[in-house]
Amino acid sequence: MAEGENEVRWDGLCSRDSTTRETALENIKQTILRKTEYLRSVKETPLRPSHGLSNAVSLDGLNKLLAHLLMLSKRCPFKDVREKSEFILKSVQELGIRIPRPLGHGPSRFIPEKEILQVGGEDAQMHTLFADSFAALGRLDNITLVMVFHPQYLESFLKTQHYLLQMDGPLPLHYRHYIGIMAAARHQCSYLVNLHVNDFLHVGGDPKWLNGLETAPQKLQNLGELNKVLAHRPWLITKEHIEVSDSFFEVEALMEKMRQLQECRDEEEASQEEMASRFEIEKRESMFVFSSDDEEVTPARDVSRHFEDTSYGYKDFSRHGMHVPTFRVQDYCWEDHGYSLVNRLYPDVGQLIDEKFHIAYNLTYNTMAMHKDVDTSMLRRAIWNYIHCMFGIRYDDYDYGEINQLLDRSFKVYIKTVVCTPEKVTKRMYDSFWRQFKHSEKVHVNLLLIEARMQAELLYALRAITRYMT
Amino acid sequence: MEKMSRVTTALGGSALTGRTMHCHLDAPANAISVCRDAAQVVVAGRSIFKIYAIEDEQFVEKLNLRVGRKPSLNLSCADVVWHQMDENLLATAATNGVVVTWNLGRPSRNKQDQLFTEHKRTVNKVCFHPTEAHVLLSGSQDGFMKCFDLRRKDSVSTFSGQSESVRDVQFSIRDYFTFASTFENGNVQLWDIRRPDRCERMFTAHNGPVFCCDWHPEDRGWLATGGRDKMVKVWDMTTHRAKEVHCVQTIASVARVKWRPECRHHLATCSMMVDHNIYVWDVRRPFVPAAMFEEHRDVTTGIAWRHPHDPSFLLSGSKDSTLCQHLFRDASQPVERANPEGLCYGLFGDLAFAAKESLVATESGRKPYAGDRRHPIFFKRKLDPAEPFVGLASSALSVFEIEPGSGSMSWFVDTAERYALAGRPLAELCDHNAKVARELGRNQVAQTWTMLRIIYCSPGLASATSLNHSVGKGSSCGLPLMNSFNLKDMAPGLGSETRLDRSKGDTRSDTVLLDSSATLITNEDNEETEGSDVPADYLLGDVEGEEDELYLLDPEHAHPEDPEYMLPQEAFPLRHEIVDTPPGPEHLQDKADSPHVSGSEADVASLAPVDSSFSLLSVSHALHDTRLPPDFFSALVCDMLRFYAEQGDVQMAVSVLIVLGERVRKDIDEQTQEHWYTSYIDLLQRFCLWNVSNQVVKLSTSRAISCLNQASTTLHVNCSHCKRPMSSRGWVCDRCHRCASMCAVCHHVVKGLFVWCQGCSHGGHLQHIMKWLEGSSHCPAGCGHLCEYS
Repeated sequence: MAEGENEVRWDGLCSRDSTTRETALENIKQTILRKTEYLRSVKETPLRPSHGLSNAVSLDGLNKLLAHLLMLSKRCPFKDVREKSEFILKSVQELGIRIPRPLGHGPSRFIPEKEILQVGGEDAQMHTLFADSFAALGRLDNITLVMVFHPQYLESFLKTQHYLLQMDGPLPLHYRHYIGIMAAARHQCSYLVNLHVNDFLHVGGDPKWLNGLETAPQKLQNLGELNKVLAHRPWLITKEHIEVSDSFFEVEALMEKMRQLQECRDEEEASQEEMASRFEIEKRESMFVFSSDDEEVTPARDVSRHFEDTSYGYKDFSRHGMHVPTFRVQDYCWEDHGYSLVNRLYPDVGQLIDEKFHIAYNLTYNTMAMHKDVDTSMLRRAIWNYIHCMFGIRYDDYDYGEINQLLDRSFKVYIKTVVCTPEKVTKRMYDSFWRQFKHSEKVHVNLLLIEARMQAELLYALRAITRYMT
Repeated sequence: MEKMSRVTTALGGSALTGRTMHCHLDAPANAISVCRDAAQVVVAGRSIFKIYAIEDEQFVEKLNLRVGRKPSLNLSCADVVWHQMDENLLATAATNGVVVTWNLGRPSRNKQDQLFTEHKRTVNKVCFHPTEAHVLLSGSQDGFMKCFDLRRKDSVSTFSGQSESVRDVQFSIRDYFTFASTFENGNVQLWDIRRPDRCERMFTAHNGPVFCCDWHPEDRGWLATGGRDKMVKVWDMTTHRAKEVHCVQTIASVARVKWRPECRHHLATCSMMVDHNIYVWDVRRPFVPAAMFEEHRDVTTGIAWRHPHDPSFLLSGSKDSTLCQHLFRDASQPVERANPEGLCYGLFGDLAFAAKESLVATESGRKPYAGDRRHPIFFKRKLDPAEPFVGLASSALSVFEIEPGSGSMSWFVDTAERYALAGRPLAELCDHNAKVARELGRNQVAQTWTMLRIIYCSPGLASATSLNHSVGKGSSCGLPLMNSFNLKDMAPGLGSETRLDRSKGDTRSDTVLLDSSATLITNEDNEETEGSDVPADYLLGDVEGEEDELYLLDPEHAHPEDPEYMLPQEAFPLRHEIVDTPPGPEHLQDKADSPHVSGSEADVASLAPVDSSFSLLSVSHALHDTRLPPDFFSALVCDMLRFYAEQGDVQMAVSVLIVLGERVRKDIDEQTQEHWYTSYIDLLQRFCLWNVSNQVVKLSTSRAISCLNQASTTLHVNCSHCKRPMSSRGWVCDRCHRCASMCAVCHHVVKGLFVWCQGCSHGGHLQHIMKWLEGSSHCPAGCGHLCEYS
């Protein structure tokens, strides 16, 4: 079997042009049928030992293709692709080959599948978002499907994500994914780690790095400590951290490196944020039997390899042994200080993140459970400030008594778990708060949590950078 | 002098005195304000609230207003203002949203007067009315502005900014009822104090938050605003629409802006992040600050001119916990350090150079450009005689033209267009490219191509059998190749000529391919040790001796396999194989010149090429067995590529790289390749050779390069009916549900390449239009336009 002709190219499917998609689908169909035929013919002939291995390999290859097709038949924003994929699957089945079946129950473990928008049932705005996301990534991931409850936010989220991970920037692409892996691993999010591992290999990263942080370049190793602190106790970040990460580089390259560091941060944030939300919605296992990526099956990765010091975790800010001065927003806030610094170090990102914060913070439909025309700003502010409070960030002009009045205990538990130890969220926690509220509202809350946490971490990191620079 | 007297009169006969000085505060300052007598300054911050007296030599702490045991958030000040009518009246804005007034006339230690707790969030700014004793205005994060009458317990009126945070409020100095407010969303509003229901006027001033504003002290209509977008803008508010009259671009977000007294166009700014300096700008010259104060070590948070009629004293407070008085005469003037010199390339390679006249004059040899002698725009402004930068205002401009033709790069363009880089067998590509180069008179390049062909597709390598079994055939194959080698005939005066010239004993080195320093020596050595039969000598001598790299590596290769005797013999047939039957006498000499073998062998050797004798046959097996893989030359070829690249002929380097592909790529590090590719692509694009450059991008194997033509491939189109951008598909508008691009010929929707006439904007499928234009030059849509396509 010549590899060349059996190479399946999925990228044609991402095109917006239906004829291009059709051609691509036709090619896929041909390839798959050819493979199927081949397998069948091999099956009928008596098994020769020399063929045994290649047989297994090609069966494996076919299964991967079929899994991808299955994913497309459910998740592709283009109707023609969905239908055709299903058709191909059916015809393969008729040929006597077992086809994979979906394993999970929708994109989220917490939200029943029927509550979530089905692909194909979206409106024009959502469709555009889906198509964009699909064109850029070749997939519609679970998180997109959950976030589409709030398309306005999703748009901003995808844009930022795309800019950070795929667009031009000072860091090479595989560095970015590696940092993503590091950040996701801190919270033991295997899904996100695998996602980034695949992307990392796809952009040409060195597979050796994946054996552990010590095999990665020094520069990334230096980030390890920073990553750890940032993920769990950002208030401990000092300018020394920045210095350590920097002192290995030449002085003249300092500014450039700062910028990279900055970006690393952003990415960490971005992925942590993604992870947080990923976890809150807890839909870890992928939907299908096989990994849907067209690369080699990545063995279940020991997530802990990517970080050290596993015992390091979140500790209560207030109860923490050493005295850490309260972070006052009036002295260092995102709008005045953080934004300017980020934009200076990594142009345009400040704008994107700023937009995302604004959308998340100001998002409201003026509804609350079954009530309409409610001003939710007070509640949103309480949630936001509560999270910042957990990270030791204080607003002079906020009466923290409000939090106790507005947020009940189970909700607080949920918030704290999601924000500090997202790996421990359970469905019970998710169900026990705000019982009457809609799922979309709960997702909305989660978005708030993500963004608030991200801002908190950014504030600490940026303040350290500012101090380092002055 | 005239100004000085004015100041003196304004100050009532007692001019301010003092020097540049600073004093340490206990805590970072957030804001400062000056008393109207210009002798006291109040500093406020999160944990500081003090009044200092400004004396000639130093600041003296006069009063600490933070009294009481327990620190209250009411004392954590975001802003402070001193009343300009009443020396005893101060107001502070607290970070917890409280507005506090202070009366210094109170006999007790606690001077706190009134407390207004109406704002829900941090109050960013407080401002007293310039002439009214009891009116105070505040602007808060909660989106409200409140006006207080100090004789009452609560606010008189509330102005709503529609939940957009207020960053600054300022009473107009001239218009009694007017005040301006700036917002986090970039808007500036103008309010009438009597009408709290709606603002008089609103406009967007900045992209992002507007942190500050300041009314011009003399000009009624001018308002300066500073924002996070690093701009300071001056607006003329007298016209119907606010008009931007000046714009200063700074290097960091602008936290404060203050007009300089007595200087109509000057304003001082300080930044919120990163940049610690205070700048004084002349708004008419927005690129270089007129003055710069560099005393602070952390961001400056508050600035104030000490006296409303004295332009030379500036006070500032900073996060570094210092309070400074800056004297204008001590300021550093960046313009003095700036080089008033400019350099620019023209479209056709001309070079213009402008410099200070004094500099140019000293260099007598060059005469300034006669035809167009002018001052660069930078110094062209008419300057106020009082301004400090008059002296620099003259400069000379020189223009250097290139001689017509000398810089012509037509060969480059020709070569780029005619080279074949892919799609044919290597041998053909090389031949073709050699031909192109030769026709353009670039013989060295042509020869290189020929050599490449020999190296990588010589018959011996391509089909070993033919050589192996019949030398005669092998030689006939070699014949046409060798012809192109006779450089003597076709390229006199070329650098590589020297390689063949050894017969004359001329050991001029050619550094193109061979290491000349080594060869020079060994050549002489060989001469001396002629007949000595030293294998090592042979090796080196051969290196020197031949024009082709083949020989350089060949012995090395043969050596380990057959170190003793086969060595020379092996080399000869090889030489023969390529050199074939050379007609020129220099070739024979060439042979004789190879001085390395003992007599008998030399005889055989020199005979061998002429008549393919049995000696040759006898070694042909050995030759075949140790067939030279082209790998052996890759080092040399790489050197050659580097040489070309260094010579500036990156075209050659890249072309060879592409043509040879895998054969050499692995031997040159990625970065160098990338560098060559980018340089070449850049050059091609400068010559508008888009197709060639795209071909090069496509053929490149370097990831960084090949992604070049995958970036920004999106083409944004607007609907031809509703003029809105079409987001999802390129041919159907989502909004008006019409097909936007119809082919004028076939009346179908164009989904692929759409070509249209820029005159009448009709068009259609590329193919259809091309076909149509063969028959008619009028527009296919029937509009009567004579369409033009380029």
